[in-house]
Amino acid sequence: MADEPWAKSRYDLRVAQSPDAPETAEFNDPRGDIGWIHSYETGSTLDGPGIRVVVFMSGCLLRCLYCHNPDTWHLKDGTRIPFERARTALEAYAAPLRAMDGGLTISGGEPLVQVHFTKRLFAAAKEMGLHTALDTSGFLGARADDEYLRQVDLVLLDIKSWDPATYRRAVGQEVAPSLQFAERLAALDKPVWVRFVLVPGLTDDPSNVEGIARFVAPMKNVEWVEVLPFHQMGTFKWKAMGLDYQLSDTPSPSSDMVARVIGQFREAGCRAR
Amino acid sequence: MSEEAVASWSSAKAASDAGTAPVTEASDRADEWSGFAPGRWQQTIDVRDFIQRNVTSYDGDEGFLVAPSERTKAVWAKLQPYFQEEIRKGVLDVDAKTPSSMTSHEPGYIDRDNEVIVGLQTDAPFRRAIMPYGGLRMVEAGLMAAGFEPDPIVHDIFTKYRKTHNDGVFDAYTPEIMACRRSHIITGLPDSYGRGRIIGDYRRVALYGTDKLLAAKRAERALLDAKWPTDDVIREREELAEQMRALADLAVMAGNYGFDITRPANNAREAVQWTYFGYLGAIKEANGAAMSIGRISSFLDIYIERDMKNGMLDEGGAQELIDQLVQKLRIVRFLRTPDYDALFSGDPYWATECVGGMDLNGRPLVTRTSFRMLHTLTNLGPAPEPNMTVLWSKQLPDPFKRYCIKVSAETSSLQYENDDLMRPYWGDDYGIACCVSAMRIGNQMQFFGARVNLAKCLLYAINGGRDEVSGQQIGPAASPVLSDVLEYADVMAKFDTMMEWLARTYVHAMNCIHYMHDKYYYERLEMALHDQQILRTMAFGIAGLSVVADSLSAIKHAEVRPVRRDDGLIVDFEITGDFPKYGNNDDRVDSIAADLVSTFMRKIRKHPTYRNAVHTQSVLTITSNVVYGKHTGNTPDGRRAGEPFAPGANPMHGRDSHGWLASCLSVAKLPYADAQDGISYTVSVTPSLNRLDQGEKVKQAVKVLDTYCGQGGFHMNLNVLNRDTLLDAMEHPDKYPQLTIRVSGYAVNFVRLTREQQMDVISRTFHGDS
Repeated sequence: MADEPWAKSRYDLRVAQSPDAPETAEFNDPRGDIGWIHSYETGSTLDGPGIRVVVFMSGCLLRCLYCHNPDTWHLKDGTRIPFERARTALEAYAAPLRAMDGGLTISGGEPLVQVHFTKRLFAAAKEMGLHTALDTSGFLGARADDEYLRQVDLVLLDIKSWDPATYRRAVGQEVAPSLQFAERLAALDKPVWVRFVLVPGLTDDPSNVEGIARFVAPMKNVEWVEVLPFHQMGTFKWKAMGLDYQLSDTPSPSSDMVARVIGQFREAGCRAR
Repeated sequence: MSEEAVASWSSAKAASDAGTAPVTEASDRADEWSGFAPGRWQQTIDVRDFIQRNVTSYDGDEGFLVAPSERTKAVWAKLQPYFQEEIRKGVLDVDAKTPSSMTSHEPGYIDRDNEVIVGLQTDAPFRRAIMPYGGLRMVEAGLMAAGFEPDPIVHDIFTKYRKTHNDGVFDAYTPEIMACRRSHIITGLPDSYGRGRIIGDYRRVALYGTDKLLAAKRAERALLDAKWPTDDVIREREELAEQMRALADLAVMAGNYGFDITRPANNAREAVQWTYFGYLGAIKEANGAAMSIGRISSFLDIYIERDMKNGMLDEGGAQELIDQLVQKLRIVRFLRTPDYDALFSGDPYWATECVGGMDLNGRPLVTRTSFRMLHTLTNLGPAPEPNMTVLWSKQLPDPFKRYCIKVSAETSSLQYENDDLMRPYWGDDYGIACCVSAMRIGNQMQFFGARVNLAKCLLYAINGGRDEVSGQQIGPAASPVLSDVLEYADVMAKFDTMMEWLARTYVHAMNCIHYMHDKYYYERLEMALHDQQILRTMAFGIAGLSVVADSLSAIKHAEVRPVRRDDGLIVDFEITGDFPKYGNNDDRVDSIAADLVSTFMRKIRKHPTYRNAVHTQSVLTITSNVVYGKHTGNTPDGRRAGEPFAPGANPMHGRDSHGWLASCLSVAKLPYADAQDGISYTVSVTPSLNRLDQGEKVKQAVKVLDTYCGQGGFHMNLNVLNRDTLLDAMEHPDKYPQLTIRVSGYAVNFVRLTREQQMDVISRTFHGDS
């Protein structure tokens, strides 16, 4: 096993760990022998059922204004990890994860940037008898073929906005691919937890929420809609990286606002929390 | 001792010397035992047998529990002004004139009309006693620090006429031991204070009464009288004589409160009272570092069940007994010095009580009174004492497990220890002395030995035995590291030699200490509540495990260059490159930590012990990790001089960068077989980030504990807290008199910690998200 360091905590700033890594936009990860991983965290109870190991992949094509992991945008930000090393590291947790009804969640960054690596890691997790969850924006959903999705027990689907203009403003890309992915998951009857980051002044418009709620409500495969309140804990990363952070003055949503949004989802017929 | 006390002591002694019937006589099977299943426990002193035959396991939930009684509330209200004043003022009162014994003080009360359980250490609550037999200096320093004058007569007696344990030890110490003490490589040794960590089987007082206990002691003595008087036999005869005197004194003490404990307890109230009298006698005479009460809940439950069956007691009355017992345990106070407090902050006395656990036949020893005991944390509010310890087994009834988690979440006042791991070693009637030290109750004791600073030992190895702070030669002179880069094999060889020296010096010091402690400060009552034939362990300890493991990992996996002073002393290290750190479930370094535990244990075992005690070892620091760090220079892992060590077996703060599961699994790799005195691990969880509902959280937490124990984890302190609470508590201590933090093996009132320790608690990784 190579002695290169694993990434540290996901709360640490880590950029340009692998200057030789390919550019993210062109990367198509033909073999999945090598992954660029920002960090991994054990013991999460927030990213799927039970107690989980969460692997944060590097590389993302979205540029969400409220991103709390801007240091995962580029493959170069991650640490180069041979697949076998990642598998071995995961295996060290397999028995306790099984005992705690937990499993593996791959997050990021965007896991589908490194589609073959993450597919192999999911397959390895399934072989270990673990529950698997893919945490994605769905923007690259088309890259995940049906075989990929067979290795995934749950998709945590981050629908960042309904209104196309708001979506473009918030993440710098088009909303359509995410919605198409959601429809495909519904057709496959793949369990999904929809996640919605509530940012005051950006995504909180009632009609924006209403759109997602009405879109998701008929989907029987959606087990939960989770409303995630915006926070400022990632701000220091934007500043340290010299990026233009536009949400410095944006407050966390009030509990009233959170309750209102959860209420909107519930009223539309979603199981929301 | 007052004249009356002497007179009544003599008469009690005369009565007991006149001889009561031996335990074995059928005619003596008192009415007090009617309704209990008979057995071996009636012929011989055997509390475990009594429990086995009579205990009623309870597998239901907490629905039956009730609020505190009016009387309990009245007593508690009386105590509140004392608690509040104590936070402002510290020591409230001391009787500086009267060396404490079971009979030295008149009975004391808090609120006589409302106290269902009575008995105080002195004649008034929060009035501390002096116990000079351990060492006069400690007493006088404690008095002066608290603003009281030492008494000249006491001073005369304990300097001219009566030698103390402390004097004895220093007569036997060698210059080498003194140097080790001074340079803080061996610290916290019980050479000037009571060693504690002995659990009298206080339940015996209730089950048998002192007459039967005396009869049994007389029988033991007869066997010794038949033996040739070697040193050992003479010592044991003298000890037995002391024990018998102690039992007689205990009866006098109880008599002064109006109770006749020469006979067994007749009902639940008496059983609680008798048991508490046993404990009270012990804490009147021994200012031990840790004074556990043992494992009394399920024993008392048998009496409560019987009374309830007979219609003599209802749930309110049962809870009242337990609540009022716990009130007494919460106001135990000893006079100690500021130095001592810096080492064991928060004025702890570890009145550890164990609940739960399974018996050897697979039956849960959980009773309704296990619930009642934990429920005192709700009825009276959270508190560090008594140190509530849950003996966790995967087989425990689920409602009990869930209740424990619920109490943890609300009070942070529980610690968990792995019963499935300990039961094969210690059976099903062991208790926990202090934080993590298991011992069979009534037939096992330990010689407590604090701990050595393993990180400093590593620095001595690197510096050829010179202290990195003072520059003095403390360890054996040897070649220091001469190379420009630390070589793993070179450092390991030097470290091995230095550990060999340290282990030998450590055992040497311990033998001196416990010889003198037995001689000058023998715990006569606690030992009277033991069998004569007992297992003695000698409990060694190590501090700085994670610092050393990470340092060795750095030397092995990165490049570490020593920085030398002009005189050649290595005082700092430059580290290039990254290295695996303990606490991340990475075998490359976790195996170093596990090997260290086994290696030091092996070296300790080489040296014979006083009274042939069995060598054991703990990985435990209590709060002394801060003091150890203060006295230790820069270490090769990048830790700066003076920075605290991690507590117990914890990874260094912030280096366990992959979350709590990784951290738990690293700690669980430490071998209990080579650390039978316990491996302490503290986990802090912040609940505020969690979206799960209460039921789900509790279910998950139960799974986590099951899994941690299943992986071989030994101990977990569970803190449920958030950072803001703690910061606010630092600024406004008066708002949080009851805020309890578990710190490596015990719980402490946060507001009683020094500012430095408060910062340490806060800076420790918050394992969020759960």
